[in-house]
Amino acid sequence: MSLQVKKLTVYYQTLRWVVRALEDATLTVADGEIMGLAGESGCGKSTLCNSLILLKPPMRLVRGSVTLDGEELPIGDMERMNEFRFKRISVIPQYAMNAMNPTRKIGKMTKELLESRKVDWKATLPELKRRLDLVKLSHDVLNMYPIELSGGMKQRMVMVLSTLTDPSLLIADEITSALDVSSQKAVAEMLVAFRSQGCCKSVIVITHDISILYQIANSIMIMYAGQLAEKASTEVIIHSPRHPYTKLLISSLPTVGVKYSERHLKGIPGSPPLLLNPPVGCRFRERCPVAFEKCIEEPPFVEIEKGHFVACWKEPAKNA
Amino acid sequence: MLKLDNISKVYKVGTFGGKELHAVSNVSFDVGDREVVSLIGESGSGKSTIGKMILRLISISAGTIVCNGVDVSTLKGAGLKEYYRSVQGVFQDPFSTYNPIFKADRIFTIIRDEFFPRISAPEWNDKLEKSLTDVGLNPEHVLDKFPHQLSGGQLQRFLLARALLLDVKFLVADEIISMLDASTRIDVLNLLADLKSRGLSILFITHDLSLAHYISERAVILYRGCVAEVGATEKIFGNPLHPYTQMLMASVPRLDKKWGQVEVELKAKQSGLTGGCVYEERCPVADTGCARDRPTLVEAECDHFVACIRYKDK
Repeated sequence: MSLQVKKLTVYYQTLRWVVRALEDATLTVADGEIMGLAGESGCGKSTLCNSLILLKPPMRLVRGSVTLDGEELPIGDMERMNEFRFKRISVIPQYAMNAMNPTRKIGKMTKELLESRKVDWKATLPELKRRLDLVKLSHDVLNMYPIELSGGMKQRMVMVLSTLTDPSLLIADEITSALDVSSQKAVAEMLVAFRSQGCCKSVIVITHDISILYQIANSIMIMYAGQLAEKASTEVIIHSPRHPYTKLLISSLPTVGVKYSERHLKGIPGSPPLLLNPPVGCRFRERCPVAFEKCIEEPPFVEIEKGHFVACWKEPAKNA
Repeated sequence: MLKLDNISKVYKVGTFGGKELHAVSNVSFDVGDREVVSLIGESGSGKSTIGKMILRLISISAGTIVCNGVDVSTLKGAGLKEYYRSVQGVFQDPFSTYNPIFKADRIFTIIRDEFFPRISAPEWNDKLEKSLTDVGLNPEHVLDKFPHQLSGGQLQRFLLARALLLDVKFLVADEIISMLDASTRIDVLNLLADLKSRGLSILFITHDLSLAHYISERAVILYRGCVAEVGATEKIFGNPLHPYTQMLMASVPRLDKKWGQVEVELKAKQSGLTGGCVYEERCPVADTGCARDRPTLVEAECDHFVACIRYKDK
């Protein structure tokens, strides 16, 4: 078990309010697993991943524990986390396009970055070059400024940087969202190649594009309004989802081959609740087509089949 | 309705404007009444530039855009204002379109001051209410609010409602759903399709092929400012002839099947435009002839044109 998260709850603390962005997230990511994390904007997927690597104010850890390779991560302690950041757990940020220092050549910046983490630059250089080949970048980029690279190239460069120290866990936050379809495919496939070649052990891919996850992920977790809704293997989530939100989300995706004149796709009516004062019970209740009285209580996130977790009162009733 | 005839856009770049960048070169297509045409291309393919030229936001370097028999580039003053009554645009980012200091419905007040100065208040309110209901919003819920109090989907619909206030005939929709969430995305798309059935022509600019296929009758595939393929949507999607279109189709993430083993050639560094085919450096089937001559659009089948000299070989 590479990563284990238990009952992780993170709130955003402001002077007057508390935003309940993440409640009781419990999940495991196995070695070599690529887990996709999907949901609408504001559903807490970035909060979950940021709390694993950089839990800074206004984020506040309420409860929960995180274990990486059997070792407890001190996620609430900014100083002690420095031991783990970049070396054991690494992130490709959402703003990867602007993640590099514009005033340094990329090679020099990489050198400074490695030295700050006390990694030997000379010894790493051959490996760095090998990985540049892997993402099809020429070695000349080390002598270039970030501005000379296109968006897709910067994204690939940051991918190489983030995985240089062979982290156990890599978090890829919306890495394909800003790219066009062809570079999207290339970047996604490179991510899989990185995992297969052991540049990182397990990967969490955050995205709102479920069709990308279907291509690369081993398992998918769906979040809604700060809570986990469903987790299962990719095939199960796409072809036989159980949570009503997952069902609606997947049926609303237009795929090549569907035409408006032939088939009307439907969106999900309503909008997600504000997390300042979330509704009690199931947070999807108000938009849910199958909600009933029991939904006023919060549904537990239970395993209904092996590896298939759902938080819905309609489901676990059978084997409760 | 709208006809683009050999339009080009050349930007002067470099320190003293000594170099030229061909953003759009010799693009021709037309959009009929009640027709949705998708303009598909990667970033940097010039698709937004075409949209901006239609809206007269930037000048045209060569060629003409004719709207209902009138050359758009000659319009001035009152004529231009009349043009904007019937042609409007909606853009990608609904969040930065609004001034955060003012309430969101200020965009409607501006339209009223500019285009309907003589209309009475009750008449205006009826008109406004009607156009908001048309885009699926409840006027009571959304009026008198600041932009941050509305969701992205609501803001985007506001912009559509604003366009509808002026009796528009032609809408340039530039990536209008790429910033929205999956669950609200399809609603805005369905809304566009409804508007079409009410007699609106739409130029739907996108890089998402599945959305284009869902909504449009005809599609134009652009690559680096040149048309690669144009024709009826089913024909392009069912039988892509240009190697670039084939590569795009193979890269679309789908829910019903996994990516095949199609190698994606990544975009090479933008080099100077040579005389040959613009796609030559990435093309898997290019031969020496491709570097020499720029291919022209040829009719491969009825209502399906392709700009590739080797399409017959495959």
